Amino acid sequence: MPTVKIPPVLRPQTAGEAEVATPGSTVGDVLRSLAETHPGTHSQLFSDGGELNRYVNVYLNDEDVRVLDGLDTAVSDADTVMILPAMAGGQ
Amino acid sequence: MATAAEPIEQVKQRIDLIANTKAREEVEAGAKLIDVREPHEWDEAHLEDAVHVPQGELLERIGDVAPDHSERIVLYCRTDNRSSRAADALQDLGYENVSVMRGGIVSWQDDGFPVVAAHELTPEQRMRYSRHTLLPEIGVEGQVKLLNSKVLLIGAGGLGAPSAFYLAAAGVGTLGIVDDDVVDETNLQRQVIHTTDRVGMPKTASAKASIEALNPDVKVVEHRTRLNAENVLDIISDYDVLVDGADNFPTRYLLNDASVRLRTPVVSASILAFDGQVSTFVPYAGPCYRCLYPVPPPPEMAPSCGAAGVLGVMAGVMGLLQANEVIKLVTGVGEPLVGRLLLYDSLGTRFTELKVKRDPDCPICGDHATEIPESEMGKFPDYEAFCAGEPVLR
Repeated sequence: MPTVKIPPVLRPQTAGEAEVATPGSTVGDVLRSLAETHPGTHSQLFSDGGELNRYVNVYLNDEDVRVLDGLDTAVSDADTVMILPAMAGGQ
Repeated sequence: MATAAEPIEQVKQRIDLIANTKAREEVEAGAKLIDVREPHEWDEAHLEDAVHVPQGELLERIGDVAPDHSERIVLYCRTDNRSSRAADALQDLGYENVSVMRGGIVSWQDDGFPVVAAHELTPEQRMRYSRHTLLPEIGVEGQVKLLNSKVLLIGAGGLGAPSAFYLAAAGVGTLGIVDDDVVDETNLQRQVIHTTDRVGMPKTASAKASIEALNPDVKVVEHRTRLNAENVLDIISDYDVLVDGADNFPTRYLLNDASVRLRTPVVSASILAFDGQVSTFVPYAGPCYRCLYPVPPPPEMAPSCGAAGVLGVMAGVMGLLQANEVIKLVTGVGEPLVGRLLLYDSLGTRFTELKVKRDPDCPICGDHATEIPESEMGKFPDYEAFCAGEPVLR
């Protein structure tokens, strides 16, 4: 199963887990399965229309899925899907 | 035969001393110009086309520099005494076509002719920065670039404090600091440029005091304000590199948009809890902050350090990674984090690198971003409107 890396800001919604093995053959499948298992992540990942929220960056390994096929990007079991939020802290 | 004791006037009678204007013509016509002064004098300033062979090494090295005894050679030193003795020695060796530039580099400079003054470290600076100049990648030239550079830090907090401190130690000549806050007790766990007895003092003033105590070479410019659409272009236009350690999204987007307009690179980092991110945005050479993060997250996805806490040491690591990027941008060595986002997980001690590409649809640096007329410069969207609910608490 692909591994999803959960950013600290979403970990309260995954019972503190930083990495969650999640089934799916595309990035969209994987994130939707994650949201099914951990419903608290749904509204933060997806808009009401089911699109990935624009403020959520998702990487397949080290590549931004926006430059691949977005949610349709194919994922294999060895892949890592990383959810990355922008952070503003500097102080 | 010349001896060291022979009066210089007597030596000079055997030497062809030529005016600097003539020397210039001769060098342009292909004569070999040799500077016979000591290395520290050469480092301070020398003539552009000169070869450096200190007088003490001249006889040993002249065979390599000018194998042909009939080659046209012009020597110079500070005035013309050492070069006259050197010319005399070369004539003794059989060199037939040697002249000395009258008045040396002193009269050359007095007459307003150009010199290469890149190597202008004082004796104190040569000591202070010796561990830099020993590095071939930096050398005296790189150190001089640092001393001539102007770097602006946005924020003198968790990132800006360590970054500013090390950039000051490194000899960055001008450090501007933008911060409107005062030192607070809760800052001291990580903001190492401030001290316990300066609680309540403006952060810019506290940072200035620490920097001046560390390195008198550094000129500190205090900008005791927050960046906004009205002041951003004015403030940042004086600087070569911007270091973003802001604590809120509006400032980050504002700084990005303004820096792209001025084509000034930004070294950007952010920190939260045990995690940090850093990247270098060089306008048009790589992506900008908006290519990476087109829109800011909503408040629940963007807690502040004040609300969530931050490991002080992790902030230091990220601030120093920023300083490291600045040094590379200024000196031109190495490979900056352009098009790469580096993540640091301090709990796992893991670094992860992600690729960041320029977004062709980026509203600021994309292919269709409209060129902004001069009259519109400094007019930015209403950043406050999308402020991600960052509490004022820092």
